[in-house]
Amino acid sequence: MNASDKTIVSLTHVAKHFGAVRALDGVDLTVTAGECLGLVGHNGAGKSTLMNVLAGTLSADKGTISVHGHDLSGRYSVSTAGENGIRCVFQELSLCPNLSVAENARIFHPSLTGFGWKRRAGDMIHAKLDEIFPGHGITPDDVVADLSIGKRQMVEIARAFTTTNAPLHLVILDEPTSSLDAVTSGQLLDFVRKVVGSGISCILISHVLGEVLNYADRIVVMKDGLVVASKPGSDFTRDTLVAAMGNVVEVEEIKDHQAFEAKRGQTEIVIEARSDTALDSVPLVAHRGEIIGLAGLASHGQTTMLLKIYDAAMRNKRTPKVDGPVALVAGDRQTDGVFHLWSISRNVGVRSLRRMVKRGLIDPLAEAALGREWQERIKIKTPDMDDNILSLSGGNQQKALFARALASDADIILMDDPMRGVDIGTKLEVYDLIRDEAAQGRTFLWYTTEMDELYNCDHTYVFRDGAIVADLTRDALSEEKILQSSFQESA
Amino acid sequence: MTFVKTLSQKAWIWSFVGMFAVWLATAVYTGGKGSADVLTAALSFATFTVIVGIGQMFVITTGPGNVDLSIPSTISLSGAVAMKIMDGSNAMLAIGFAASMGCGVAVGIFNYILIRVLRIPPIIATLSSSFLILSSAIAYGRGLKIKPPPLLADFTTAQIMGIPVLAIVIILLAAVMGVVLNRTMYGRSVLAIGQNMRAAWLAGINVERIRFFTYLLSAVLAALCGFLLSGFSGGASLNMGQEYLLASIAVVVIGGTSVAGGKANVAGIWGAAMFMFLLVTMLNTFGASAGIRLIMTGLIIVAVITIAGGDEPQR
Amino acid sequence: MLAKLTSPRFLRAALPAASFTILLLAIFYVQPRAMSYFGMNLMLQYTVPIALATIAQMFIITVNDLDLSIGAFVGLTACIGATLLADTPVLGVLALAACVAAYAAMGALIHWRNLPSIVVTLGMSFVWLGIAVLVLPTPGGTAPGWVKSIMALKVPYVPFPIVAAVVIGCVVHVVLMRSSYGVVLRGAGGNPKAIGRAGWSLLKTKMVMFGAAGFFGVLSGLSLIGLTSAADAHIADRYTLYAIAGVILGGGEFVGGRVSPIGAVIGALTLALTGSFLTFLRISPDWQIGAQGGILILVLALRALINRREG
Repeated sequence: MNASDKTIVSLTHVAKHFGAVRALDGVDLTVTAGECLGLVGHNGAGKSTLMNVLAGTLSADKGTISVHGHDLSGRYSVSTAGENGIRCVFQELSLCPNLSVAENARIFHPSLTGFGWKRRAGDMIHAKLDEIFPGHGITPDDVVADLSIGKRQMVEIARAFTTTNAPLHLVILDEPTSSLDAVTSGQLLDFVRKVVGSGISCILISHVLGEVLNYADRIVVMKDGLVVASKPGSDFTRDTLVAAMGNVVEVEEIKDHQAFEAKRGQTEIVIEARSDTALDSVPLVAHRGEIIGLAGLASHGQTTMLLKIYDAAMRNKRTPKVDGPVALVAGDRQTDGVFHLWSISRNVGVRSLRRMVKRGLIDPLAEAALGREWQERIKIKTPDMDDNILSLSGGNQQKALFARALASDADIILMDDPMRGVDIGTKLEVYDLIRDEAAQGRTFLWYTTEMDELYNCDHTYVFRDGAIVADLTRDALSEEKILQSSFQESA
Repeated sequence: MTFVKTLSQKAWIWSFVGMFAVWLATAVYTGGKGSADVLTAALSFATFTVIVGIGQMFVITTGPGNVDLSIPSTISLSGAVAMKIMDGSNAMLAIGFAASMGCGVAVGIFNYILIRVLRIPPIIATLSSSFLILSSAIAYGRGLKIKPPPLLADFTTAQIMGIPVLAIVIILLAAVMGVVLNRTMYGRSVLAIGQNMRAAWLAGINVERIRFFTYLLSAVLAALCGFLLSGFSGGASLNMGQEYLLASIAVVVIGGTSVAGGKANVAGIWGAAMFMFLLVTMLNTFGASAGIRLIMTGLIIVAVITIAGGDEPQR
Repeated sequence: MLAKLTSPRFLRAALPAASFTILLLAIFYVQPRAMSYFGMNLMLQYTVPIALATIAQMFIITVNDLDLSIGAFVGLTACIGATLLADTPVLGVLALAACVAAYAAMGALIHWRNLPSIVVTLGMSFVWLGIAVLVLPTPGGTAPGWVKSIMALKVPYVPFPIVAAVVIGCVVHVVLMRSSYGVVLRGAGGNPKAIGRAGWSLLKTKMVMFGAAGFFGVLSGLSLIGLTSAADAHIADRYTLYAIAGVILGGGEFVGGRVSPIGAVIGALTLALTGSFLTFLRISPDWQIGAQGGILILVLALRALINRREG
């Protein structure tokens, strides 16, 4: 045996593409025995994709995976990962809600059969819960659907550390503390240190930078599907870590070519809304013609807020106050936006059908004209607007969705992180369009996970745990301030 | 060549191809004797399947899980009510028709209330209501042996040059529904909801209103079918709707409508309904027994759905 | 204590048993003579085949599908039972085994092509009916003697249908709710993705569940001819509706793998009782299926009400 017996997993040049999006663009990563590896990066940096590749739930397009020195590329799957002692606690929960805690433990261990399996599974998971989260208050007979989200996460974490006859070498924890409170988070992280001391490795993905800085032996920083830094944890400080994650260059570019004048107070209020948490430091307010940014970490209540406003407008509710017709630009194109059986023209026109009806029937000429007009205005790159929407690249599909909203009669446009995976050229074109439209009196509510886009906004509201925690004007805006508001200081 | 290629990509074409293949096979077997009569009969009988098929098509097009299982019982109820009210009298024709349509509207509203208020899958909702509707039909139409008004009987069986008048009317209805599907706000909304209900809501479509109209339409068309069918077959019977449960779904699927939702075709329903009838006729001429006919019908539906249904992304 | 008794979870679990008890009490009130060994036997005699068909449907619903062919399938197995099984037992057993295998294959097809189960099973219902008509063109045949004698069993004090229902419910409960593989099968309905991630074959779970449904369909058909002694291709047409209603009355959910074998059996008992109840009330048989639909809607409405309170 050589040095590789210390190495548990090693990935070389691993790449994974989803259509035009390069989620992983040639990543090298090695995990050695008894190591806690911290993995950080912005949303969409490729962390989750990388972990799915490691867990065997996604197969890489390119590159090699070897475990304990054996090259397993091409035949790596969930079961080979399990046989080799690699387990993953996914960000979205992988428990069966209709089963009890003990039964969910059984699912994980094929060898737990025969008489008395339920008691054995129950004892095993209960002992592990006691070990990690003393005072957890969960019994093995509890049905998962009845547990709070935090307790479910505790069960799932404990389950990943239980062992029967298969070995356990590496546990991947993807945002394990996202639903845990401070006490249980501390318990988990202390347990991780203890386990690492016994020779088992952990990969810790977390947006709470303090956790990673304090508990990881080594920190790997990812950006745009690449590993951009990999150093011992003690070499990083909070600031150098944020700097390594950030993308400062593009920000400067955008900052320069625009001048802002404060519109606040000059036009009337068109939106006034609060989150459901009752913890907002300020309400969200939008004046006519403003571009309002919704910032913070992914899924901390921004989309919920947009949907709340959308719902109120569609159903004529009194609160939140929304003044005027609303249109929404979806960010998750496939689930919220695109009608995959339709042509580009139809996809653009669907929000404006009412205007195209002549004598009770939709006028195909008006529909085609609308399509052509917006093909020109927003530069959708296609030979024929009658082609299927899926023939477009991701960025152009997104343009079509923008066209759908902007072509409509809506005064208020809600944007649900619409620039995910869109190239920079397209982005700059769309930014210009948004500013033009705002100048003509349209109001934009723009949720974005990309820091640089916020520099287009007159006002930015930062969300954390479902509540609005900060209200930054254009002048006060800085990446650091947003990070400070969105990352909790303590675990 | 490209014409043939684009044509073969249209799923509904296959129902017509199948229809002619089966008809030709029958004609060859019988030496061409009575092939025209077979077509006339096929048009007559297919008409009723097409009426309910159109309603079922709109329902299925609104997406996975949407099926109207109350069509057969609605046919029976509407037929029974109409026959009893008209009592064989031409003078009552309009009132009978109105009552029949009223049954359809009531059933449609009731179905939608179950789906919406009880928040249960449409399959279970329409199934539960079909129990009640069928019982109402049985209770109301007990011992029913009333002949339809002569005018209705004549109308439903009339022919012009071997083409049933009713078939012409329903071909026109199908054409109108084709326009409704492709050229109206309602039709567009149905297609959008079927592709992605959430995206449709986010694109400003009032999803619940559209679903309501869709279940209403299906029930009204089923009632229309019951009305006309009882005129055609000389009176209402309680199990006259029975065969239309599978038939309504089968013609939709064979006619090129996607069970995954969002893609529909009205013309294909006519092809499929004719195909189904001619298939049974062919098996009859070949001397196949009732059992074989049933097995073939079932297998063809399963085969069509296996070939057509799988590759659509189902959400 | 009161809080616990009015909690949505308890109410939901108690609903099937409560509906059954209320119905039974109502019958005794209307017709006190029913409260006897003989009376109960008579009222509940069709419980066994209905309960078995309900269990079959429950297996399918567990994996988020719906079977619209179970009635025709029970009819087919009844026809095979009254002909092949009675005349040439070996051939009969083989034919019934082939039926179970065909069901498992149907499950495999649905999983493999990701097909809507209602359309597939609706198509297959014609196939089952067609085969049944081929096997037994006109009503008739005779049930094997052993089947008849099983169904004619007399148990002291407790009517046989109740004993049989309890046994069926308990056996299925142990297999599906207590065994270690039963957990995987239910999990496949609750969160298929998680089951797949844990390395289990979803194809296998579907085939096992459909196969089990086929097996119970066979048992249902045999027990039915044990009661009627002759068969007919259309003998069990209504069982499709009964089976779905039974699962729902028994507290099963349509999706998410939340089912209860004991509840399903109670649901079947309730269905069997409604017929007798309506007869005792002198309500014409016309309204029997209507009343069953009404009870179904009522139970669903109650459940919607309970669920709404849960928020």
